[in-house]
Amino acid sequence: MDMHQEYLLHLADNALILGQRNAQWCGHAPVLEEDLALANNSLDLIGQARLLYQHLCAVRGDPACDEDRLAYFRDAPDYRNYTLLELPHSTALVPTAAAGRDFAVTIARNFLYATLMELLWEALCFSSDSQLAAIAGRAHKEAQYHVQHAGDWVLRLGDGTAESHRKLVAALACLMPYTQEFWTPSAMESAVQRSGVGVDMALLEPRWDAQVDAVLRRAGVARPPAGGRVSTGKLGQHSEHLDFVLTEMQCVARAHPDAVW
Amino acid sequence: MSARSKDGRAAAPSRVASDGATPAGQAARLGDWPLWEIFVRSKQGLEHKHCGSLHASDARHALHMAREVYTRRQEGVSLWVVPSHLICASAPQDKAGLFDPAADKIYRHPTFYDIPPEVGHM
Amino acid sequence: MQPARAAARTSDDAPQQARFDERIRAEGKIEPQDWMPQAYRSTLLRQISQHAHSEIIGMLPEGNWISRAPSLKRKAILLAKVQDEGGHGLYLYSAAETLGQERAQMLEELHSGRAKYSSIFNYPTLSWADVGVIGWLVDGAAIMNQIPLCRCSYGPYARAMVRVCKEESFHQRQGYESLRVMMQGTPAQRAMVQDAVDRFWWKCLAMFGPPDDASPHSAQAAQWGIKRVSNDTLRQRFIDATVPQAELLGVRLPDPALQWNADTGHYDYGPIDWDEFWRTLRGDGPCNAERLGARKHAHAQGQWVRDAALQHARKQQARQYREAA
Repeated sequence: MDMHQEYLLHLADNALILGQRNAQWCGHAPVLEEDLALANNSLDLIGQARLLYQHLCAVRGDPACDEDRLAYFRDAPDYRNYTLLELPHSTALVPTAAAGRDFAVTIARNFLYATLMELLWEALCFSSDSQLAAIAGRAHKEAQYHVQHAGDWVLRLGDGTAESHRKLVAALACLMPYTQEFWTPSAMESAVQRSGVGVDMALLEPRWDAQVDAVLRRAGVARPPAGGRVSTGKLGQHSEHLDFVLTEMQCVARAHPDAVW
Repeated sequence: MSARSKDGRAAAPSRVASDGATPAGQAARLGDWPLWEIFVRSKQGLEHKHCGSLHASDARHALHMAREVYTRRQEGVSLWVVPSHLICASAPQDKAGLFDPAADKIYRHPTFYDIPPEVGHM
Repeated sequence: MQPARAAARTSDDAPQQARFDERIRAEGKIEPQDWMPQAYRSTLLRQISQHAHSEIIGMLPEGNWISRAPSLKRKAILLAKVQDEGGHGLYLYSAAETLGQERAQMLEELHSGRAKYSSIFNYPTLSWADVGVIGWLVDGAAIMNQIPLCRCSYGPYARAMVRVCKEESFHQRQGYESLRVMMQGTPAQRAMVQDAVDRFWWKCLAMFGPPDDASPHSAQAAQWGIKRVSNDTLRQRFIDATVPQAELLGVRLPDPALQWNADTGHYDYGPIDWDEFWRTLRGDGPCNAERLGARKHAHAQGQWVRDAALQHARKQQARQYREAA
């Protein structure tokens, strides 16, 4: 698979895995209005994933390739999403913590990722891949809304009660090290940057830093350090969590490999 | 306006400690999110229509929630949110005084005018 | 039909009651600030809030399958549908609140088990095909019930129902369409669909409620323009519409007595197990504990989030007062 295709897969997998995670709140959110908001967020992400997978299939020119083949019949090592996005909604990082969903983790993750994607989609509007640029145009608008939604909640939680402040701080402390992966160079990203399909992530980093700092300052939260081991999901080396996510997501499709739905 | 503590911040309701947690460590309820009435203008040129209500913690939140709840299928052009308790309404028994005089002024209604069919739609 | 017991009247109520009765007779609308008999208000409050609860609980059996939907298109469709159901719950809580009860109070009634919700959601969804069958049959039955409610005498409820019905037809269509694709698919898919139909058919017929002579609320509700069509009539309409749909699909409806009757112009059908219906409605169904448990858990776990938002709003307001001072 060439680097262009791998990059599209990376963008698509990011959207699908986070969309899958956020959809877990459906029917269980802290308040009914928020159920609808998170469902909208998830629908946006799944929509982005679908467009990107479809575009990848067109680039590949392989008639056997379609969005569902890609989503349902690849194993974890073939996925290229950031590790950040596959983590459970819990600072304890317990894999099947269905009962332990922590809204602070959801919000912190959405905030860190959406802040990145708002900048990235904006830059990708100028991609030499015109279809990717078109997808980026639409995804950018959605990311703007996601940043607002998550940012508003960071404020409410950080500047809310002592308990919400504590939980947000814990969530950020847990997740911040995973954001190193955004800026760690990879062969895939270097290749697409050179070809004009992708962007120079190093240019986005200071802006991401500034925006994250600004919101956290308003929320009264000290930004936790982002040191330590760098996650490697975009290289296909994932945490233990991705396989649980994929198993659940893929089980019906894989039980009927020749079926059409 | 509620009483102020010495640093100028409004004192929290007396049944809850100022950080939202009781001494036992379990959060006490602060109450429920206020109710907001939602008005949507669905298209440029139309007026805002009341379409329902929802609970949100403040105006910005209410606007965002209104977008999620009431404009999912069409691009709402404009949203208004109003705290429900701020809406003043005419009382039904006042209907006679408020509205009956207008019933006499039938020249306000288009059907009063006899337009010949040749003029077309008006 | 017997009129409901009259509420205690003062001499002031009589002209109000007469105006109310006249408006009902003339098929007009009652709005939140209008005078209404206490029993009308409490009946509506119970009906609307229980309708709202049904939408929220209804998110759970189908919501179960969002994560496992076998294609991205179906995942997105199901997520949108379940989100709609949440939205319908919201419109209905909003309509109920116009009658003077707060949502928190209604949720308390639900979580304590005092309030009811549509019992169809107390059955488990055991396969992906259940999602399609719920769209086709459960939403189909709900639409039958809901269309007459668009003409309900209480304005906010009628308007909420118009909004709901507009969105509901997408739900039934997507369910039926996904079943059609499966029925044209592999033997395993066809078996999955037939199994789902076998499990849900009778439960859907029971959704319309017992025959009206056994229902204490029907007579007064009809008089008040709240309930406009009888349970049995709605059930018959549903069966008559659904049998041809089943034939087109190629599924067998699990009722040996189901047969076209040329004399009546309707389908005859077999007996419904009302004991099972009442048992489940009263709390002893397969999933009652799970459904309520999930809602209570979400509500309890979300308390700190709701508190945080409110506390933040109060702090913001206090800051604004300070700055203005």
